Amino acid sequence: MPAPLLELRDLRTQFSTQEGVVSAVDGISLRIENGQTLAVVGESGCGKSVMARSILQLIPTPPGKIVGGEVLYQGADLLKRNAEQMCDIRGKEISMIFQEPMTSLNPVLTVGDQVAEIILEHEKIDRKNARARVLELFSLVNIPAAGKRVREYPHQLSGGMRQRVMIAISLACRPKLLIADEPTTALDVTIQAQILDLITRLKEELGMGVLLITHDLGVVAEVAQHVVVMYAGRKVEEAPVEPLFDEPLHPYTRGLLDCVPRLDAFEQAEPDRLRTVEGLVPSLADMPPGCSFAPRCPVSVDRCRWQKPEIKEVRPGHLVACFVAQGEGLDS
Amino acid sequence: MNEPLLQVTDLTKNFKVQGGIVRAVDGVSISVQAGETLGLVGESGCGKSTLGALMVRLIDADEGRVAFEGRNITNLSRTALRPIRQHMQIIFQDPFASLNPRSTVERTLAEPFLVHGIGTPTERKTWGKELLQRVGLRPEHASRYPHEFSGGQRQRVAIARALALRPKLIVCDEPVSALDVSIQAQVLNLLKDLKSEFGLSYIFITHDFSVLGNVAQRIAVMYLGRIVELAERTKLWRRPLHPYTQLLFSAVPVPDPHAVKDRRRVAALADPPSPLDPPSGCHFHTRCPLKESICTQRAPPLREVEPGHRVACHMVG
Repeated sequence: MPAPLLELRDLRTQFSTQEGVVSAVDGISLRIENGQTLAVVGESGCGKSVMARSILQLIPTPPGKIVGGEVLYQGADLLKRNAEQMCDIRGKEISMIFQEPMTSLNPVLTVGDQVAEIILEHEKIDRKNARARVLELFSLVNIPAAGKRVREYPHQLSGGMRQRVMIAISLACRPKLLIADEPTTALDVTIQAQILDLITRLKEELGMGVLLITHDLGVVAEVAQHVVVMYAGRKVEEAPVEPLFDEPLHPYTRGLLDCVPRLDAFEQAEPDRLRTVEGLVPSLADMPPGCSFAPRCPVSVDRCRWQKPEIKEVRPGHLVACFVAQGEGLDS
Repeated sequence: MNEPLLQVTDLTKNFKVQGGIVRAVDGVSISVQAGETLGLVGESGCGKSTLGALMVRLIDADEGRVAFEGRNITNLSRTALRPIRQHMQIIFQDPFASLNPRSTVERTLAEPFLVHGIGTPTERKTWGKELLQRVGLRPEHASRYPHEFSGGQRQRVAIARALALRPKLIVCDEPVSALDVSIQAQVLNLLKDLKSEFGLSYIFITHDFSVLGNVAQRIAVMYLGRIVELAERTKLWRRPLHPYTQLLFSAVPVPDPHAVKDRRRVAALADPPSPLDPPSGCHFHTRCPLKESICTQRAPPLREVEPGHRVACHMVG
């Protein structure tokens, strides 16, 4: 069997803070195949963005540091590459788009030049041909009047257009993997729908793998085939998208799904109260000794408070890190 | 029908910006009944926050009229407005920006009473602690500063401050948009509980349609400064008439992979226009699948097509 497009094995990233060293990513393993969209979902501070940035070694060091694990891209460990080799990977093999397209674009360069820049950086090509490629890319990402748009500056474009430019930049060198970190969070809902459709269409046309980082379970259901749920730096559940939504096994996943406002409420004359996950995410500097969700968990047992559950496959393809879901809830 | 708690008529507000004038609110008339939650929904730049601020006279309109409990307050001076202000409060999206970082929560909660000259220092302290408990915080939180709280807790402090003077109406401007989903649900439930406990009315402003399902009785959909549709929540959901409302509903991501496959998304034909240069006639015509020539020429009036259901579209009804 060929190596997966990307495989993380027990990745660990730590930050030194005033309160001591904290593990933002605490042993994450996952894999993405060609043509697959994997969503990593979790709330603020769960480590999903740090995990995504660790893949391309975009962690500010210090205070951050990748302290363990492997990042296998087509079977080879990226953590063993030097800075120069990583520059050849970023943008060419693996690209990344971020939440805020305004801060990711250079305000004093035209957007056309910014797309051309990456092509000129990675390929032996002259300016004229690079410019022609830019026009092709703009039409690929549905930017109308491309010939006029390439000469405009980021502030002249709407948020949705800027994110399309970012996607054009990320696709310029035909990467095999696209990492999208909350790509639609700053956008209006009608524009979000267009961008999600665009990412899905491009993934199919180009056969890329997509790693989508999001807090929004609606977005996950729209575009992902496979889902990883993160909580406090760890993977707590992993499954294909349908079983994850139909039969979530981890109490945190169930809690998250329960508290999303549903459109069904529009049907009810007196809508029910929203269900909630009580309490707060623990501080990374002060993690509970057992399962990090135990203090908020409605089904926790004694054991959860002193022992960390390992993630285990309890059904084909469906993994969960919870003693109760693993049928190990009885106190021994 | 009873006299509305708040009624605004033909409100218009222009802002001078670089490159021209933006008509943020363009001739809007709407009312809020006592005990009602009115949802205002639309995308960035549609004027929903400006409308909310105009409705409680946080900013002044260029044209139009604001009446609170039947009394015209459009031209009241700041001093004359002050006693009415007690009854109209506002909560903003970002509780970090709306709370003074150098004030303890105790001082923040005492301020509404101070401004209105109510109570003694001891009473204000006691009331502050009671308010904290009302919103699910602890009395000992009173001595803390905003940075010591999480986002959800800060929003609870902002809610406590808004409640202090026992208002009749609270404008909630994107109150849960900055919060994580598990915290969002807690705050939405809190707002609901407080509403029935104190008989409040809310104007609930949001870009997120799905949030309104749980809180609003009536919903107004806004597009580039105008209300394009207004109806009861269940009616709007079952029979959205304006093509923009349909587009908004269809664009909401649904957390159900099966539903996603069954659904046909309404296509938005173009990008949203610039508020600096809104399209002629019906502002939505550049993105509308039903467009006819009349839509580019005349703005459709907001008319009642069935009891309680208003829509501004030439092609409907």
